[in-house]
Amino acid sequence: MNSPIEISSPQYYQRILTWSPFTLRGGLLPVVLCLAAITFFPQRTRAQESPYFVTYDHYLEEPGSLEVEYFSNFATQRAGQDFHSYWLEFEYGATAWWTTELYLDGQTTFGDSTIFTGFRLENRLRLLKREHVVNPVLYVEYEQISEADKIMKEIEGHDVEADHGVPNAILRQGHNHELELKLLLSSTHNGWNFALNPLATKPLTGGDPWEFGYALGVSRPLALKASAKRCSFCRENFVAGVEMYGGLGDRPSFGLSETSHYVAPVVAWNLPSSWTLRLSPGFGLNDNSHKFLLRWGISREFSGFGATVASWFGGHR
Amino acid sequence: MIRFTLRPASAVLCSLALMCVGAAQAGQSAAGDKSVYAELGKAPAKAAARQNPLEPDPDAVAAGAKLFTAHCAECHGADADGGKKGPSLRATEVQQATPGTLFWLLTNGVVRKGMPVWSRLPEPQRWQLVSYLKSLEHSAHGSAQNSN
Repeated sequence: MNSPIEISSPQYYQRILTWSPFTLRGGLLPVVLCLAAITFFPQRTRAQESPYFVTYDHYLEEPGSLEVEYFSNFATQRAGQDFHSYWLEFEYGATAWWTTELYLDGQTTFGDSTIFTGFRLENRLRLLKREHVVNPVLYVEYEQISEADKIMKEIEGHDVEADHGVPNAILRQGHNHELELKLLLSSTHNGWNFALNPLATKPLTGGDPWEFGYALGVSRPLALKASAKRCSFCRENFVAGVEMYGGLGDRPSFGLSETSHYVAPVVAWNLPSSWTLRLSPGFGLNDNSHKFLLRWGISREFSGFGATVASWFGGHR
Repeated sequence: MIRFTLRPASAVLCSLALMCVGAAQAGQSAAGDKSVYAELGKAPAKAAARQNPLEPDPDAVAAGAKLFTAHCAECHGADADGGKKGPSLRATEVQQATPGTLFWLLTNGVVRKGMPVWSRLPEPQRWQLVSYLKSLEHSAHGSAQNSN
């Protein structure tokens, strides 16, 4: 195993600058899938996507639309190797009140290895049929991931930086089968979105206790009115905000002790061609947290996906 | 003890099955469903009485048309004549609705009948959409056709 590189050293920055997801074995999969999706589902629509990486607002995928998303998470690691984790997300709007998703996770730990770390099945169900001051959405997720999973899509229980300092060969021997429940509470007022997501996770094997966590976020488009002309750089295409997330311990030891927490500015750029780019530098708030995270993502929405698939099986398009 | 295990291939199959169910659900859409127009009548009086603050804005219709193409044309048709999933917005019921009523419906959607909430669009953009909808001329593709 390579020795850790100091954050201030030239090698450290060279490693970041020369890294590319497309040179990695695991990075080729999203490219192939995206090209296939663009080929087979050329219809376009423009999404108004939120900038959050961890927090959810109450807006679901439009019915019949498929959003294909690729996200990255680079993290510094004290007493271990920095890593880059990534996930591919297929988000489908089954109805106006139900969105279902499949995640495929992987990670590269520098100087160690690149591995597939598991999958997640997620469902979000809108509970109320109209808009209210606070809008609740029920989130249910099944995870089958190895302990080498480092995407940090949520922070729960006593998740701390040291968990990620172990070599992949050891981490991947442990497996987690978990049920994760969240209550997504979200409110939009005068263009501002406020979201709070308390979460609870229950391992389905091993008898481990319930674990808890939270995420909260606030965001706003840079302009509230749309311009009359099609444009890529109009202020209304940018949504900026900040999110915060962390663990709250488990059932026997609920609280902030031995937990990690992050704050992260977020920005999304919604392009007229239905692509969305997201960027978020994240900062650990205590000694149990990774010092620095850099998340970025690219996504594209394919409207009419459900109708296209139905037409393959003799349904009406 | 029951051990839950799903291999990746099984997960993909499960997800595809869910998507097929979803596609079937999406097929049960509001297109041609006259009762969708009845949703307009459910707007509270206070909401229905709201005036469009962007009515004097000369760019509101053009901006609304852009937003309509981006967010609404997929279901309601490029010309708002109605599509497989959404009814015509040139129908008498829509054109005679007050701006406040249209704004209320855009904000709340008709979630049980397939129309999502559009409060994710900022208020001024929803009013721009209302300006565009009210600018549409009543056409032969109105409610008479959709009710058949």
